[in-house]
Amino acid sequence: MKAFITVIGEDRVGIIQGVITVLAKNKVNVMDINQTLLQNYFTMIMLVDLSQLEIDFKQLNDEIKEEAEKLGVTIRLQRQDIFKAMHEL
Amino acid sequence: MIDNKSIIETIQMIEKERLDIRTITMGISLLDCADSDGAKSRQKIYDKIVRKAENLVKIGEQIETEFGIPIIHKRISVTPISLVAQSSSDTSYVEYAKILDKAAKTVGVNFIGGFSALVHKGCTPGDRILINSIPEALAVTDLVCSSVNVGNSKVGINMNAVRDMGEIIKQAAYLTRERESIGCAKLVVFGNAVEDNPFMAGAFHGVGEADCVINVGVSGPGVIKSALENVKGESFDVVAETIKKTAFKITRAGQLVATEASKRLGVPFGIVDLSLAPTPAVGDSVARILEEMGLEICGCHGTTAALAMLNDAVKKGGIMASSHVGGLSGAFIPVSEDEGMIKAVEAGALNIEKLEAMTCVCSVGLDMIAIPGDTPASTISGIIADEVAIGVINNKTTAVRLIPVYGKGLGDRAVFGGLLGEAPIMKVSEFSSEAFIDRGGRIPSPVHSFKN
Repeated sequence: MKAFITVIGEDRVGIIQGVITVLAKNKVNVMDINQTLLQNYFTMIMLVDLSQLEIDFKQLNDEIKEEAEKLGVTIRLQRQDIFKAMHEL
Repeated sequence: MIDNKSIIETIQMIEKERLDIRTITMGISLLDCADSDGAKSRQKIYDKIVRKAENLVKIGEQIETEFGIPIIHKRISVTPISLVAQSSSDTSYVEYAKILDKAAKTVGVNFIGGFSALVHKGCTPGDRILINSIPEALAVTDLVCSSVNVGNSKVGINMNAVRDMGEIIKQAAYLTRERESIGCAKLVVFGNAVEDNPFMAGAFHGVGEADCVINVGVSGPGVIKSALENVKGESFDVVAETIKKTAFKITRAGQLVATEASKRLGVPFGIVDLSLAPTPAVGDSVARILEEMGLEICGCHGTTAALAMLNDAVKKGGIMASSHVGGLSGAFIPVSEDEGMIKAVEAGALNIEKLEAMTCVCSVGLDMIAIPGDTPASTISGIIADEVAIGVINNKTTAVRLIPVYGKGLGDRAVFGGLLGEAPIMKVSEFSSEAFIDRGGRIPSPVHSFKN
């Protein structure tokens, strides 16, 4: 299963590292990263592969939310299907 | 990889514009739960609902987390109870309503619909018992919703049932008088009721349906409004295209959730209902979409045309996005549940006559309208007759959900709370429909029903 992780918030040191650490710990492979600054807002979109994930989706989501709180940014983990359904024929 | 703009657009729709899946509704047939012993029948009903819907809420929440899209309601619709209960010798069906309520609470859904009777041509003794049980059933239960179909395009209108429903609505209002007559908010009178509607209070599981199905209702008035903000001043050609494209995206999300829920629950997928269902929250209003098209306020001249176009464009966009479309599929215009509608009524721009005109071009009908508590039953029946006539003649579903709020009159407000919202009491005609309603009988099938 593939998912998108979107990180939005004020730019600061260590955001990518914080997110990657949680992912690596849970055997989530990052397939693509895209990062931009939109009006001073850090926006990062990652495509990740969850096929090696050893915990369930909700647990990973909770860990990511916890990390988001530490970093002071908003992070969302959503299965890729929702974006494909809405934007691809 | 999907481009970033599309990803951010979806997130914005969900976060800022309140895109949600309004409901996953599991339709369950209770036809195999009839029994000559009422208590046995109710046990079968309870067992079947709990067995079928055991994982509905859990799986709904899983899907919500994984896709990151809120699923506001998880609900159940069942076979019209009059069809199941009339095998028993019971003379009241209130106990059936209680068992539905109990089953709904056990599985954790937030509404269960189907305390219903289909009497568009006539009543069986069981239908009559059910109808007479409605006021008490709605007063003593929390989650049970009720509906009665009193007419359709094939057979005309059962005016005896129309007359009776005026009285039933008044009784329901009285029995829940301590709670703003909220019983009436759980009761819908239909013309051309559909068998696969996932939305409450009018959902029931029709007799032509399979044993168990999953129907999904999408929503998203805020998303449509926001899309229209980007085409200010453009022609209607552009407005219609914009609505179609947006409705397509919304419906695709609904279809995805429906397919996923159906797979995980092991229950066939029924339909996606493409409705724009508002809530009282700011930014989730159908009225505000109409205003975005250029109306000073919802209810002014042009409102019916705006709504007609909105309704049509939503369908055109949505139909291609789903493998099976059904239910009510159109824009809802409830008053108390739509922040913009409430404001329009308060400003004196929107009245019941204009709302009636609007129901000719959208789904569904006069919905969540608070009227004076002393409105005569015959006036309520007159309103029902008008509304059902619109549906019967125009081959569409129409419905009436009026709340004659006990003890309240013009200038007062009724506060129902939650998604049911609040509403100013609206004026109804002070002239009498009594002699008209007293006639009873049937309004014959309309000429366009003779197609054989």
